[in-house]
Amino acid sequence: MSAPLLSVRDLRVSFPTRQGVFEAVRGVSFDLGRERLGVVGESGSGKSMTGRAILGLVRPPGRVTADRMELDGQPILNLSERRMRRIRGNRISMVMQDPKFSLNPVMTIGDQIMEAYRLHAGGAKTAARDKALDMLRAVQIRDPERVMGAYPHEVSGGMGQRIMIAMMLAPDPEILIADEPTSALDVSVRTEVLNIMDRLVRDRGMGLIFISHDLNLVGQFCDRVLIMYAGRIVETLAAKDLHDARHPYTRGLLNSLPRLDAPVARLPVLQRQESWRDGAVMGEFPGGL
Amino acid sequence: MLTVQDLNVWFGHDPDRVDAVKDAGFTVAQGESFGLVGESGSGKSTILRAIAGLIDTWSGRIEVAGRPVAGRRRDRAFYKTVQMVFQDPYASLHPRHSVDAVLSETLRLQGMTDIDRRITKLLEDVGLGRGFRFRYPHQLSGGQRQRVAIARALAAEPRLLLLDEPTSALDVSVQAEILNLLTDLRAEHGLTYVMVSHDLAVVGHMCDRLAVMQQGRIVEIMDVDALRRGAGQQDYTRHLIIASAGYARG
Repeated sequence: MSAPLLSVRDLRVSFPTRQGVFEAVRGVSFDLGRERLGVVGESGSGKSMTGRAILGLVRPPGRVTADRMELDGQPILNLSERRMRRIRGNRISMVMQDPKFSLNPVMTIGDQIMEAYRLHAGGAKTAARDKALDMLRAVQIRDPERVMGAYPHEVSGGMGQRIMIAMMLAPDPEILIADEPTSALDVSVRTEVLNIMDRLVRDRGMGLIFISHDLNLVGQFCDRVLIMYAGRIVETLAAKDLHDARHPYTRGLLNSLPRLDAPVARLPVLQRQESWRDGAVMGEFPGGL
Repeated sequence: MLTVQDLNVWFGHDPDRVDAVKDAGFTVAQGESFGLVGESGSGKSTILRAIAGLIDTWSGRIEVAGRPVAGRRRDRAFYKTVQMVFQDPYASLHPRHSVDAVLSETLRLQGMTDIDRRITKLLEDVGLGRGFRFRYPHQLSGGQRQRVAIARALAAEPRLLLLDEPTSALDVSVQAEILNLLTDLRAEHGLTYVMVSHDLAVVGHMCDRLAVMQQGRIVEIMDVDALRRGAGQQDYTRHLIIASAGYARG
């Protein structure tokens, strides 16, 4: 593999609480190339917090430490807010779960995309408008002129999410972090949104971190998968090998899903083991890489 | 157990009237588990809410255990027969009521006596145990909250449970526990289920038959074997089954 876009070693995120320090992320290491990297885990596994830490979005008193966190070889850990803002959006973008909460409800969609673009690229309003129309077309919105003048409540969830992606992509980032980007969407819209992200990875050579609780979807969409449990990576594998996972946690998650092609009377229930918290990482990318 | 005929549900007035459910009809036999599937806005939850008496702008016929209901008025006998479990256990429990308060209030409203013993029994039925009796919702995980919501629904000793996406806010491992619990409760108490879900695999696991909805209409009623074979009569059904199977690079 060529030099990674993003390289993370021993990332830790901790929060002080009345009961002592709580570690939400406990030593996560991975490299991201021009690929689709899936990060899977249940709520509280630290998968979203990993994404937020990379973007410098963990607010005090939360604390982020790492042996290394580099974007194209440049350290980006705990930069000043001013310097981080130049990276966030420009070079690393994030799409969150629910477009309803990420779009400004009292601003037209066109104004929001143009604002996002001009903040990063500057330039005249007319140029920004052309770029915004281009971006909306790139995410398969059929009548971009109309959508530019619409408010967020006037578009559907799937369209809202595509607009979010358009906005995030306007500055041409090297890395996109997508946190449950399709969980709020219907299945028929989901495929469209995934196709758009897939094309961006292929055509622009972007790196994608795809955070999701949906094992099957990640297995089908991504190139590699990291499985997180209690703030750590417990297993890494190529997505196509997901169904041959060896870690009992991964296996337990897969088994607990009902399947149309394999009916059972009762679903196997995951028996959590204390040893999963601190056991060695399993998989063909030792060290979680 | 449940008959729905020519059901229309609408919201608002002309010219802004939205027809959320159009000419829906299905029957659910005693002891059966029936699924309603479809995408958001297809009207599947609206049907449940009309049955439960949470909506009064509907027309058509709804019959529960042989008795027709009207508008949004429901008598006590209705709620002794029918109870509902909602999607989000974080929103459906009062944050400042303990489990004990939630269950004892419900039991008293249902005119039950012997409340102490019944609470213990309900908590055991849903796999929580009496240790949870004096806890508050914030001291419970999502799965435990949904168990409390199910216990509350069972308090009236209903025969028909309306389940509105009961596991879609939960992690998959917790979903498996709640689905197993619902399976066990149906067998033990001889319950009838009507379950709304966007997840075809969950409906395939839980239900005997299902109705597929699109834009307010039932496009197809099929049994679960047909669902497993992907053998929908309608294009929309087949499309939905394929899309639900996940992502195929296009």
